[in-house]
Amino acid sequence: MRANGPPAATAQDAGAHDAASIVALRGVDKVFPNGVSALAGLDLDIGRDEFVSLLGPSGCGKSTALRILAGLIAPSRGAVVWTDGGDDTDHRGEIGFVFQEPTLMPWANVADNVYMPLRLRGVSRKAARETIQSCLSLVGLDAFAQAYPRELSGGMKMRVSIARALSLRPKLLLMDEPFAALDEITRFRLNDDILRLQREFGCTIVFVTHSVYESVYLSTRIVVMAARPGRVVEEIAVAAASPRTEAFRTTPEYADLCRRTSAALHGAMGQDEHL
Amino acid sequence: MTVQSPGEGAPLTSRRDAALLLRVALPLALFALVIWGWERYVVAFGVPHYVLPAPSRIAHTMVADWPLLFASLLQTLKTTFLGLALAIVGGVGLAVLLSLSRVVEYSLYPYAVVLQVTPVVAISPLLLIYMPQETAVLTCAWIVAFFPILSNTTLGLRSVDRNLLELFELYGSTKPRCAPPWLGRLISRVKALWYLRAPAALPYFLGGLKIAGGLALIGAVVAEIAAGSAGAGSGLAYRIIESQFRLNIPRLFAALALLSLTGVVIFLVMSGISHLLLRRWHESALSKES
Repeated sequence: MRANGPPAATAQDAGAHDAASIVALRGVDKVFPNGVSALAGLDLDIGRDEFVSLLGPSGCGKSTALRILAGLIAPSRGAVVWTDGGDDTDHRGEIGFVFQEPTLMPWANVADNVYMPLRLRGVSRKAARETIQSCLSLVGLDAFAQAYPRELSGGMKMRVSIARALSLRPKLLLMDEPFAALDEITRFRLNDDILRLQREFGCTIVFVTHSVYESVYLSTRIVVMAARPGRVVEEIAVAAASPRTEAFRTTPEYADLCRRTSAALHGAMGQDEHL
Repeated sequence: MTVQSPGEGAPLTSRRDAALLLRVALPLALFALVIWGWERYVVAFGVPHYVLPAPSRIAHTMVADWPLLFASLLQTLKTTFLGLALAIVGGVGLAVLLSLSRVVEYSLYPYAVVLQVTPVVAISPLLLIYMPQETAVLTCAWIVAFFPILSNTTLGLRSVDRNLLELFELYGSTKPRCAPPWLGRLISRVKALWYLRAPAALPYFLGGLKIAGGLALIGAVVAEIAAGSAGAGSGLAYRIIESQFRLNIPRLFAALALLSLTGVVIFLVMSGISHLLLRRWHESALSKES
């Protein structure tokens, strides 16, 4: 069984991606002050233009790995290695981050929320106008620039949050379960949108999710993680051609990948029970 | 541009108007009824005016003594608003300092609490010994108005979404090229304060302001009463004490009516400011329809 194979063998499975790495986690441990070990010896390469999903049960350190990549928290051991040198402070302008909640400023309208990262970078409102407009059209919210967050639906708020993350033209987009709180219809729509965004925009995406189907549909590579301590148990390459559409969900390839990913996830949770 | 137009139109508007009319008309009707009953009672039982003057007599006194009362009103208003303004400056300023530095917070906050929990009536005789009378009265108004602004603003400055703060760190804290790292940290803290903490604290601050407006008036009155018994003074509260001594009860009632009217106006002004600033986004200021 693949799920029970040693990590070295399964890592070969990911050989399908040959993109040049832009950032990597090398032997990253994270122990929180309360003694919980969130990550142990995590190695993770993120290649250019990849869509990497981190999939695993709660507490496997997916979000922690994402936060370490963003430089929001420091690893206890190991390092974040950027291929073109520098540390996370040098790369902050190149990273977009999307949380599970839309995390918008309720007192600011949609345009001002999208403007926020640019404003912090010292871009004038006038100079930013075009960028804001183009980011809003990318997520289909042109008409809502003057609306306030409370006037929007959950899915629309999430679109604003994505538009805000895109405003700095990030090379790396980090998304922490962005669609987990949305209904399935909205989630499917946003899944297609995010794939289209990646094609049009050309950025690398690391995507944390609980959903096997979502990870298979979106990813070029799925990293399955296990909990306590958080580690990678299997990497599954998804070679299916892009652009992917709803039709992909009905192909045998999709079904097979879902089965394999489910099995790997099950294996990861099974290991958890033995511990 | 609005996203949702109200749409429903006339029936909804007229229903809302009717509800508003009722909300204004009912208390006014009750007020008229009470005044009428009071007037009838005083006339019917022949109550002497130095015990309970009739409303008509109070109104008459109000007109006759207007120059005197108006001067007193101005004096009390001046104390109240000056005290409130100083409380805003002090309360917000200190809250910002507390939010920027733990050292400042730990050293100063307990004293702010002590200042608040000590009844101001008990301090005012002391203040009157050490300060010129006007300053003492002003200080009293300031002391009572200061704390709600400080505590509410402090709470507001701290209640920012943690994820938003992380986003700020991610997007806002660039490594300063030619400055020490502590300066970079301070700059990013000030940026977060201005862009994030200040707007998040606004509803809390306005809540504090609403309380402080009323309290500043109370502080001014308490101090005037304490000072009044000590001699000089010309505010409305002093007029009340003076009228009591002279058994000029109609004037006492007139001064009291002006005081309570002042309180109501202050409350309405504060509510109006709060509504204007929050109506676009804050839950407290939203109508049911939106």
